[in-house]
Amino acid sequence: MIAVKDLSVKYKSNRGEVQALNKVNINMAAGDLYTVIGPSGCGKSTLLYVLSGILTDFEGSVLINGKPVNPRTQRIGLILQNYGLLPWKTVYQNVTLGLKIKYGHTGLNEDGRHLLQQLGIDDLLNRYPKELSGGQQQRVAIARAFMLKPDLLLMDEPFSALDAITREEIQELFLETWQKNPVNTVFVTHSVDEALYLGRKVAVFSPSPGRILEVADNPCFHKDKLQFKDEYHEMSMHLRSLLSKG
Amino acid sequence: MISVPSKEKWQGALYSLVVVLVGWWLVSWLLRLPIIPSPFAVFINIAEVFSTRMEVHVLYSLGRIMGGIMVSILIGVPLGYLMGAFERVNRLLSPLVYFTYPVPKLALLPIVMLLFGLGEASKLIMIVLIVVFQIIVTSRDAVRSIPQEIFRSLRSLGASRLQVFTEIILPASLSEVLTATRLALGTAVSILFFTETFGTEFGMGYFIMDAWLRVDYLDMYGGIVVLSFMGFLLFTVIDLLDSYLSSWR
Repeated sequence: MIAVKDLSVKYKSNRGEVQALNKVNINMAAGDLYTVIGPSGCGKSTLLYVLSGILTDFEGSVLINGKPVNPRTQRIGLILQNYGLLPWKTVYQNVTLGLKIKYGHTGLNEDGRHLLQQLGIDDLLNRYPKELSGGQQQRVAIARAFMLKPDLLLMDEPFSALDAITREEIQELFLETWQKNPVNTVFVTHSVDEALYLGRKVAVFSPSPGRILEVADNPCFHKDKLQFKDEYHEMSMHLRSLLSKG
Repeated sequence: MISVPSKEKWQGALYSLVVVLVGWWLVSWLLRLPIIPSPFAVFINIAEVFSTRMEVHVLYSLGRIMGGIMVSILIGVPLGYLMGAFERVNRLLSPLVYFTYPVPKLALLPIVMLLFGLGEASKLIMIVLIVVFQIIVTSRDAVRSIPQEIFRSLRSLGASRLQVFTEIILPASLSEVLTATRLALGTAVSILFFTETFGTEFGMGYFIMDAWLRVDYLDMYGGIVVLSFMGFLLFTVIDLLDSYLSSWR
């Protein structure tokens, strides 16, 4: 489980000190999937950088399974908008990068090979990222993150650079993969629809400095033909009014 | 960088060689001056004197140039990496680099010779002095142009500093460092020629100047051709290395 208590982050910019996050509290049960939504610049990405151990200068406490965040000892998967693949490594080398860094080997077991098949990239293993489409690159990034069986999976607007049709395919694929490997996931998005389709719970952030306005249980999670359902319209209206009030 | 298929590259090289030779032959045929011998005479002369009189000079020059480039890489690449990776190092050193970069270092030759003598050390130092800056600046910029996302995704995996270096910095900058080396090579050959006209009796620079003083134009041209070919050969080696190591581009 993930416990974030009174998390505040300040950073220095040209205009002096900026407060990015203000006393954020999150308690995530094991194997839960949160989407985080908020206006741009509200500190959503900052939250992910704290959770991933990249940003270490913060107040408050962040515990993963009862221990402070440390990417050396914990397994953290991070999926970014522009995929974060290494262009000089093949798909196979990219997918096994986490294994190489954590355990010093690049061999895949049965589960690993199955994951590649499931994501439909098992016949692309010798290609370089530049030879792949955006959707394929994102599948590779997803494979790399799940390959580690992470304690915490963090996703920073991962699908926003994809075209609408590819995005829907990948969202579906991501949910299937996640349901077979249910890991703690924090998924940052700026799209209300995406937040509703992918989040078991939806956390709404205020404009900067980011606070959590509400963590809503989401009845729309992984519902087919979401746009035609009443609960979708209710939730959508609710989230939008929260976001516009700030 | 545009990657030209290697077959076209070779055809291009062959084509330019033919153009240069035909042009040279035409000029020598039209002017009929001893100072412009025909290319055929020059090549025949090279074949005759290479193993007897020229080889040792080629080896000296090759050794100096490779030594100079090696030392420049050994100094320039780590320094450039440090400047690229650590903002504090960069702030400390980059004014120094920018200030000394435009100084015409060939003009420093008298000082270098006074300080380090007429021997091999001054020749090496001259090449390094001129080439190292290009390599420092390129390595630094190569590291700085690596997107932050790439570092972040590796750090979130818990990579150590060494792993960040071997998995990201080295492969990402290798191609640019090789390009800088290739560019530096041209400069290094001209400096080599210049430094070999002083205080030595070995090297292609000496060979060419000596032939000139002996009014042996066939030897002089032979020296120029062999020196050019040496440069071309080194250039090609780095080129092949680059296309082999950077096939991911």
